[in-house]
Amino acid sequence: MSTCAGAGKAVTMGERPAWERIRDFSEVDCGLSAEEAVAEAERCLQCKKPSCVRGCPVEIDIPAFIARIAEGDFSGAARIIKEDNLLPAVCGRVCPQEVQCEGACLLGAKEKPVRIGELERFVADHERKQGLVIPSVAEPTGKRVAVVGSGPAGLTAAAELARAGHMVTVFESLHEPGGVLMYGIPSFRLPKDVVQAEIDQLRGMGVEILTNHLAGASIPVAELYAYDAVFIGTGAGLPFFMNIPGEQLNGVYSANEFLTRVNLMHADRFPEYDTPVRHAGRVTVVGGGNVAMDAARVARRFGARVTLVYRRREEDLPARRAEVIRAREEGIEFELCANPVRILGTNFVTGVECVRMEMCDIDESGRPEPSPVAGSNFVIDADMVIQAIGQGPNPLLIRKMEGISYGRKGNIVVDEEGRSSLEKVFAAGDVATGAATVILAMGGAKKAARAIDRMLREEEQGR
Amino acid sequence: MESHLVGVVGVKPLYRVNEAGQLADKIFQIWVEAPHVARHALAGQFLVIRIDEHGERIPLTVSAVSGDLVRIIFMAVGKTTHQLSTLKAGDLIRDVAGPLGRPSEIGKHGTCVVVGGGAGIASCPIIARAARDAGNRVIGIIGARNAGYLILEDEMREACDDLLIATDDGSRGYHGFAADVLKGVIAERKVDCVWIIGPAIMMKVTSEVTRPKGIRTFVSLNPIMVDGTGMCGSCRVRVGGETKFACVDGPEFDAHQVDFDLLMQRQRTYFDEEKASLERYHEHLCRCGEGGHHG
Ligand SMILES: Cc1cc2nc3c(=O)[nH]c(=O)nc-3n(C[C@H](O)[C@H](O)[C@H](O)COP(=O)(O)OP(=O)(O)OC[C@H]3O[C@@H](n4cnc5c(N)ncnc54)[C@H](O)[C@@H]3O)c2cc1C
Ligand SMILES: Cc1cc2nc3c(=O)[nH]c(=O)nc-3n(C[C@H](O)[C@H](O)[C@H](O)COP(=O)(O)OP(=O)(O)OC[C@H]3O[C@@H](n4cnc5c(N)ncnc54)[C@H](O)[C@@H]3O)c2cc1C
Ligand code: SF4
Ligand code: SF4
Ligand code: FES
Repeated sequence: MSTCAGAGKAVTMGERPAWERIRDFSEVDCGLSAEEAVAEAERCLQCKKPSCVRGCPVEIDIPAFIARIAEGDFSGAARIIKEDNLLPAVCGRVCPQEVQCEGACLLGAKEKPVRIGELERFVADHERKQGLVIPSVAEPTGKRVAVVGSGPAGLTAAAELARAGHMVTVFESLHEPGGVLMYGIPSFRLPKDVVQAEIDQLRGMGVEILTNHLAGASIPVAELYAYDAVFIGTGAGLPFFMNIPGEQLNGVYSANEFLTRVNLMHADRFPEYDTPVRHAGRVTVVGGGNVAMDAARVARRFGARVTLVYRRREEDLPARRAEVIRAREEGIEFELCANPVRILGTNFVTGVECVRMEMCDIDESGRPEPSPVAGSNFVIDADMVIQAIGQGPNPLLIRKMEGISYGRKGNIVVDEEGRSSLEKVFAAGDVATGAATVILAMGGAKKAARAIDRMLREEEQGR
Repeated sequence: MESHLVGVVGVKPLYRVNEAGQLADKIFQIWVEAPHVARHALAGQFLVIRIDEHGERIPLTVSAVSGDLVRIIFMAVGKTTHQLSTLKAGDLIRDVAGPLGRPSEIGKHGTCVVVGGGAGIASCPIIARAARDAGNRVIGIIGARNAGYLILEDEMREACDDLLIATDDGSRGYHGFAADVLKGVIAERKVDCVWIIGPAIMMKVTSEVTRPKGIRTFVSLNPIMVDGTGMCGSCRVRVGGETKFACVDGPEFDAHQVDFDLLMQRQRTYFDEEKASLERYHEHLCRCGEGGHHG
């Protein structure tokens, strides 16, 4: 079993050793013990104008919950967090804290910032072990809101609106709610029972979640418009492919497909579960973001030798630093400044032909533009290739919403409060911003939900 | 919306099997209660089914609708379809999602031919009926290996102005392939639009018949799918040199633009795993000596 048990005391921010964790899908990070949490909480300066709160898109009252931890009142801490964030066990684990709350912590300038994410996770895990407390909801307003998609954006909007007393129905096309939290992020970073428990709170608050319902099909847009307001949180799940020769070979996956087969369909436990995934000896993952790291680390857990190909330099890798380090520890090989030009094989993949890249002028994103070096082609043996080069909003529903404005990349255009060009239709999360982060999706959804609530109340008064 | 919230386990709805039975050798039908699919499904669309918590998501065509019920017709080929064939009226299915994919492009074409092969016949009556309702003259052709595999003959007779039958061994109707019958039909009269639905190889061969005359021909592609909503790319096919996702851009495409060899290649991706899974299922059945569809 995992060395996490009892490690809490000995190890700070316990992390299981790489040799052990690549053999299973259990969590890498062990979390803090109660003593460690209290000690960490005591480091907080309890700033009068806490900069950390401004770094958190959902504006958790960070000093207040940390003060409760320092007093040993863990349930009180949970109550404070949940006023602003119904998914603390998720956020504590996957938020890029280094650029959010912790990045803004005052202590960061002198020493190390307070480990806000770890504390939030500790509090949430503690509450879950005791039994989650369902947040109370206001008197029913009689207004009905449709929420499309049950990723972090949809869940946050649903919670916020239910709390305000509106009747909320969530439509989710997959068989499990949670969006990327369920199908994308692997369980060794985010255990699925943790996500499940946080989602169950919503049902406790009276939110109806209808899975297997594809909005635009099971629920035609006309039926959506019959609600008093509509919130769209359909994410950015459409995978991009490189459009290079050989991409149609068997064994070439999008990261979405590979991760969905494993996370949502449990292909790691085939044939106990019916969904298969290819088991390869050598895997090439293309890309350098969080999605690429996750795909590489999952493939590694199937026992493969994994090479990650990225076209820019180490310092340009868009993935969280901590995840890059963990990927390296787990034996992922990095082929940097390289780009696939062709996938080789007949029927099944046998290799990837790459070309070396050199860094030239700075491009519009402010990063150096990579360009291929002529004649530098080389081949990496591979019997599986996973493309993790990005994804965009799924156009399925958006195309059916006549009159909604969307951008060049298919993202719904919204104002700062999530209003779309259609009356009563709001959107937030990846469908509005393009692929971003859990906490940005939640922050955007919260703003939109508040705007919806205001609109519904004004309507009521206007009568 | 509550009507399908029968037998709530946890808080998830389950979908009740209303009627189940065998239609022919290895071919079965199930009527399942799924109002969200039934109310909006059109000809050519499909649903995704997952039998239980351990199940795979598999796509099946919506072959008929009646009130809140949808009918699926499937051939027992692997683990999931074998398990599905053991379900009886009153049993519960974990997940039914849909309707998925684009509906058939039904217009006023003139004379249409709807060709079905094997289990692919399942998709034909609903298309034939829609085409006829749109004012077309509809000729049906159904073909199978032998008379024992033929399904939906009566329904097709009712939906079409004319129905022709072919069997590979001559045990029923014309002795030969549906493609040969189609060849005869287009030699005799002007045909404006053709649908061909069946195994990939049958669609490939049969659509060659209409190519020389440039007759508008649709085929319904059946690549391996996972979500069925455009999120994974497992179902990608090549049509006219472009990559398409069959679950959202299709499943129907212009037959003369489809790369069928690629479709067949990709269908074989999990050949070994599928075999192992079916063997394990049969072993399990033998040990338990019953349907045991809860894995
Ligand atoms: C592999 C991976 C790893 C990641 N790691 C991190 C990380 O460590 N930290 C971080 O902050 N972010 C991470 N992200 C990004 C983060 O997960 C997303 O930014 C976030 O999930 C966006 O939330 P969302 O609610 O907008 O969309 P999603 O989570 O994508 O949810 C959208 C939901 O809507 C459903 N849906 C779509 N269309 C319809 C429709 N028409 N009808 C009904 N339902 C529909 C989908 O099935 C899905 O469940 C990662 C992403 C991936 C893919
Ligand atoms: C849009 C669409 C509509 C379909 N409609 C029908 C129908 O009405 N009747 C019918 O009998 N069949 C239909 N099929 C095919 C059906 O989905 C497969 O026969 C079924 O998935 C086989 O599952 P299995 O576990 O029994 O067999 P397996 O042993 O898993 O596989 C047997 C064969 O089915 C294919 N297959 C396996 N898994 C999948 C999957 N997840 N998605 C798609 N194909 C898969 C494989 O290529 C293989 O050739 C349809 C397929 C698609 C894409
Ligand atoms: S939700 Fe995320 S950003 Fe906000 S405090 Fe928690 S870890 Fe930090
Ligand atoms: S900025 Fe840092 S030290 Fe100040 S209140 Fe926030 S967590 Fe505490
Ligand atoms: S089945 Fe996943 S994109 Fe079509």
